[in-house]
Amino acid sequence: MTTIWMDQLSILLPAILNGVTTGAVYALVALGLTLIYGVLHIINFAHGSLLMVALYGVYFLYALVGIDPYLAFPIVVPAMFALGYGLQRYVIGRAGHGKDENIMLVTLGLSIIIENLALFFWTSNTRTINTSYGFSTVDFGVAFIAVPKVVAFVGAVVIAGLLWQFMQRTDLGKAIRALAKEPRGAQLVGISTAHVYAMSFGIGIACLGAAACLLLPTYYASPHIGQAFVLIAFTIVVLGGMGSFVGALLGGLIIGVTESLGGLFLGESLGKIGIFLIFIAVLLLRPTGLFGQRA
Amino acid sequence: MKTAAAILIVLAALLPMPWLVRSDFWLNFAIMALYYGFLGQSWNILGGFGGQFSFGHAAFFGTGAYTSAVLQLRLGIDPWLCLVLAGVLGGAVGALVGALSFRYGLRGSYFALVTLAFAEVFRILADSVEFTGAGVGLQIPLKQTAANFQFPAKAGFYFVILALTALGLAVAWWLKHSRLGARMVAVRENEDAARALGVDVFRTKVIAIALSGALMGLGGTFYVQYFLYIDPTIAYGPAVSVSALLVPIVGGLGTVFGPLLGAFALQFVNQFAQVAMGDAIGLNLVLYGVILVLMIMYMPNGLFGLAHVSARRLVRRAG
Repeated sequence: MTTIWMDQLSILLPAILNGVTTGAVYALVALGLTLIYGVLHIINFAHGSLLMVALYGVYFLYALVGIDPYLAFPIVVPAMFALGYGLQRYVIGRAGHGKDENIMLVTLGLSIIIENLALFFWTSNTRTINTSYGFSTVDFGVAFIAVPKVVAFVGAVVIAGLLWQFMQRTDLGKAIRALAKEPRGAQLVGISTAHVYAMSFGIGIACLGAAACLLLPTYYASPHIGQAFVLIAFTIVVLGGMGSFVGALLGGLIIGVTESLGGLFLGESLGKIGIFLIFIAVLLLRPTGLFGQRA
Repeated sequence: MKTAAAILIVLAALLPMPWLVRSDFWLNFAIMALYYGFLGQSWNILGGFGGQFSFGHAAFFGTGAYTSAVLQLRLGIDPWLCLVLAGVLGGAVGALVGALSFRYGLRGSYFALVTLAFAEVFRILADSVEFTGAGVGLQIPLKQTAANFQFPAKAGFYFVILALTALGLAVAWWLKHSRLGARMVAVRENEDAARALGVDVFRTKVIAIALSGALMGLGGTFYVQYFLYIDPTIAYGPAVSVSALLVPIVGGLGTVFGPLLGAFALQFVNQFAQVAMGDAIGLNLVLYGVILVLMIMYMPNGLFGLAHVSARRLVRRAG
């Protein structure tokens, strides 16, 4: 009896640990999405394709210039921030005409543009990098986990913590929260809405830059990679509660483990369905998610 | 009455096309334009009239396409009967998705997301189970007779898609003039106010999505019969969902002729793009994305809205 248990545990535990590490990176992607939703009340359908851009950025920095993915941080994160700021300020914000449907459609349009430009310029080949540490593992007693995955987990948690502190303590963070709660009031006390909206969008996209640096050592870049992430990130945001940081982090871990276990029991292709079923179930039964406020 | 007359005039003008246009190339062009116009009209019924923006209309399209392909291949059911069944099943899936999402009050971006997720679930299912041919897809054997819904000449397909276009226009016209249509517009403009006035919001929305899904299912059958092939990405992938929403947005949301106008405009743009840029992968979709963003930025009422405004200005100036 006990041996059967041990056998099952020895399969389950590594799957769960792997799921947790993947989930942390999912959480980082979702964190950007939830920040943008929380402030702008829009769903950024271009989120996945922007992550794809960041992944290619990290890839080319490594392949062409030889910069290690982790050292690419100070280049990729500010670059993604600038891209996000510009997109919100000069494209999304302008095209919206203050209507949510329009903003939604514009971000959808952007994702189509970005993805297909990538397909045109970079072809549909998947690109991977080989780092010296790519295949080293850490022994957790119950399972061996790849070093980059451990780094990604720690990195994601640290960044989530920093972002939370930033939102709580800095003036900009307070301005963002004020704008999220009460746009007109924020405007009255002198907050420049267009600027702060663009800053929030930029920070949300900068999270993608960080996620890309942490992901690439164990992952790959391809033009359609964003699609795989975008629904997962939506699921996490919805599960955790739109706009909630803690929710995004916890939601990411839950989804990571679900995916890992689903793959174990149902196989790679069908295993993904678990995520979408969670997604649909949460949207239907509890659209405010675990930590969201009532809409 | 004016709209009804306009519909009849447009259909009468389109009818002799196969006799006037001798080249298969341009006939195919017209067929594809009408086909996208029809998909756009289906989306327009829910999105334009009902104000519910779906990002996953592929769920209904793919269901229609697979209904036709599977029933024909596995059970030998008559392809024309399959067309009807595809419409029924498309509508049923629409009603199911609608009943689930609207029961729980999903609106706006939540609704867009849940439709996207449903389409994705269907895609994965079609990719995994045996009777849809999984990832390989299904091929319909070539047997070109009209009784088999496969025509030796393109003209046959043209008349079928023209008939479907007529159906789409008729439904749109009916919505413009019926109580149901008025309720849908009321829900679109202000859901709470509509409810306060006694409109059964849930029922109205479910009928709208079922109607929209049924038409989309017919579109799926047309695709299968025209191209004789279907796979999970074509059926349930995002390309169909995006085309279906782009067409009425370009043409004019919530108008009777908007989707038709938008589809022809996009088809021309597409053709020019192919001449200008060659068959470069992805570039025509880039163009679609750019058009979508520019339309929303500068012309949120679509081409039809533009034409309407200019006509009014002309009349005012003349008066």
